[in-house]
Amino acid sequence: MKNFLKYLLKRIFFMLITLWLIATVTFFLMKFLPGSPYVNQEKLSPEQIAILNKQAGLDRPVIEQYGIYLKNIVQGDFGTSFQFKNQPVAKLLVDRIGPSVQLGVQAIILGTLMGILLGVIAAMRQNTWVDTVATLVAILGRSIPNFVFAVLLQLLFAIKWQVLPIAKWDQGFISTILPTVALAMSPLADSARFIRTEMVEVLGSDYIELARAKGLSYWQVAFKHGLRNSLIPLITLLGPLAVSLMTGSLVVENIFAIPGIGEQFVKSILTNDYPTIMAVTLLFSTMLVVVILIVDILYGLVDPRIRVSGGSET
Amino acid sequence: MEQTQLNVKQFSADSFEPLIHAERESREKIVAPSLTFLQDSWRRLKKNKGAVISLFILIAVAVIAFGSIWVSPHDPTKQNVKYINLPPKIPGVSLDGFNGTALIGGQRVDKYAQANVPEQVHFYLGTDGLGRDLLSRLLMGTRVSLIIAIIAALLDLSIGVTYGMISGMKGGKVDNVMQRVLEVLSGIPNLVVMILMLTIFEPGMTSIILAMIVTGWITMARIVRAQALKIKDQEYVMAARTLGESSSKIALKHVLPNISGVIIVQMMFSIPSAIFFEAFLGFIGLGLRPPAASLGTLLNEGYKTFRFLPHLMWAPAITLSVIMVCFNLLADGLRDAFDPKMKD
Repeated sequence: MKNFLKYLLKRIFFMLITLWLIATVTFFLMKFLPGSPYVNQEKLSPEQIAILNKQAGLDRPVIEQYGIYLKNIVQGDFGTSFQFKNQPVAKLLVDRIGPSVQLGVQAIILGTLMGILLGVIAAMRQNTWVDTVATLVAILGRSIPNFVFAVLLQLLFAIKWQVLPIAKWDQGFISTILPTVALAMSPLADSARFIRTEMVEVLGSDYIELARAKGLSYWQVAFKHGLRNSLIPLITLLGPLAVSLMTGSLVVENIFAIPGIGEQFVKSILTNDYPTIMAVTLLFSTMLVVVILIVDILYGLVDPRIRVSGGSET
Repeated sequence: MEQTQLNVKQFSADSFEPLIHAERESREKIVAPSLTFLQDSWRRLKKNKGAVISLFILIAVAVIAFGSIWVSPHDPTKQNVKYINLPPKIPGVSLDGFNGTALIGGQRVDKYAQANVPEQVHFYLGTDGLGRDLLSRLLMGTRVSLIIAIIAALLDLSIGVTYGMISGMKGGKVDNVMQRVLEVLSGIPNLVVMILMLTIFEPGMTSIILAMIVTGWITMARIVRAQALKIKDQEYVMAARTLGESSSKIALKHVLPNISGVIIVQMMFSIPSAIFFEAFLGFIGLGLRPPAASLGTLLNEGYKTFRFLPHLMWAPAITLSVIMVCFNLLADGLRDAFDPKMKD
């Protein structure tokens, strides 16, 4: 337990360093970027600029500005958006986080559940046509970029058959179906592959033989004994999954015109809305390091054979 | 009963041969030819039909894409206002959709005749909204994807392998520091790095490559380090050390060859993700700037008009998907070939 706490503190320490590094790099990059924050600088007199600078705190030494910036970030204040005048970035993002989180959670649940199912079936029917189909789905899901997939879904379900809305976020659950499926493709492919490999290994082990010998049915053995032990390593997949969902959400939200973080991020990049870019950058990085940390801790908790502190290897 | 039994005395002595000699000979003989590591892997790879076909498709795509630097059907960046939005036309094919006609108001119209295109001029995949030949642009885009693939592989091999090797071989404090640096770096999403690059540099190849330099090699470094740690304690490495071999020589001559399979496999897996990354950037409008084209930017342009001119979108979408599938299949095949134990 003491070891665990020590490990946890160490990890959080490095997590904070990572975030601080990203915040610092972004700050100085934007500081030394050419151009000024004022749209009509030519029309302003030097006195006016001085007043504006003072208002924005730009007259202080860079180091002091940096300090204020860090203090504000810790308090969740990311300044005001350039794109939407007088709109605090924090508020802008809070309003948009709902759809993104909903989509992400739905996609992860759908993707992993379908993936697990596909993987188990493939493993149970190893080297038959079922297995081949499952492998094919996994390879296609991994290879076809999610934006191509999203457009394909749009074309088929919204334009050809007209059963689902083409875009927009105004019809409740119905409008989340297509984007969720598009996002779920890569978690599905990844977890199907993963579960299949694990299941094939687990199914060959002695305790499965024993369960079969006791007279349990084939599928009972698969789900009660096999799947449980294959699920543990799946946790490791959560980290990469979270990353792929983040990047995935950027395009998918754009294609389906969903008012989420990803869509806002792309817009702010294209319009040079620096405060927003910075805030989303930090948000994404925080999410990523937190997910990685949670995955590592969960893994140690679920499978005590793995030492949390990590030995000399890996 | 007695009739069925053979009378041994019936046979003369010379109908028997001693067995011992032949048996010994055949026991000592090695039937299978001796194969090196690479030959053995190649033999296993050849059994995997998907991987071999993928390899050939990729070679063909690469030859065509790079060959088109010299022999391009049309100039990929030349705009021609008179020839805009022409449908695909392949000589000798009269299939609707490939014969230069398009449905306008429910009627098939020969767009080539309308635009007064000379008889001998064909745009195999049609033209885009600025009259540029799609096929030529597609080849140009494919080239970009392949260049990105090569760069990803080179970065893995240069920075990733070196970093992991030094970290693993040195161990102790050096390893500790290097691993902490990796930990910090891996916490940064590569998209974020890309955005930071975009704030300093113009969008384009430079910023994409720079972003890849920062984050593209981390997984490779981790894997190489873990492998180096494993191999470091093997007897043959200890023997080499006892004989006075220097650390760098041990790393190059004893450790590296033994982990080359793992390195190649990891490299192959990082290639599709690099290609995807570039296409993704292109699609959201952060990739190459026109007139340059990548598969991602072509998709982005095609997507805008895909209800009316779907071929502008499907051509790059299919090309990209085929390249990705081939790289993934080849990577899977290589993994199985290099390490049969890892097969799934």
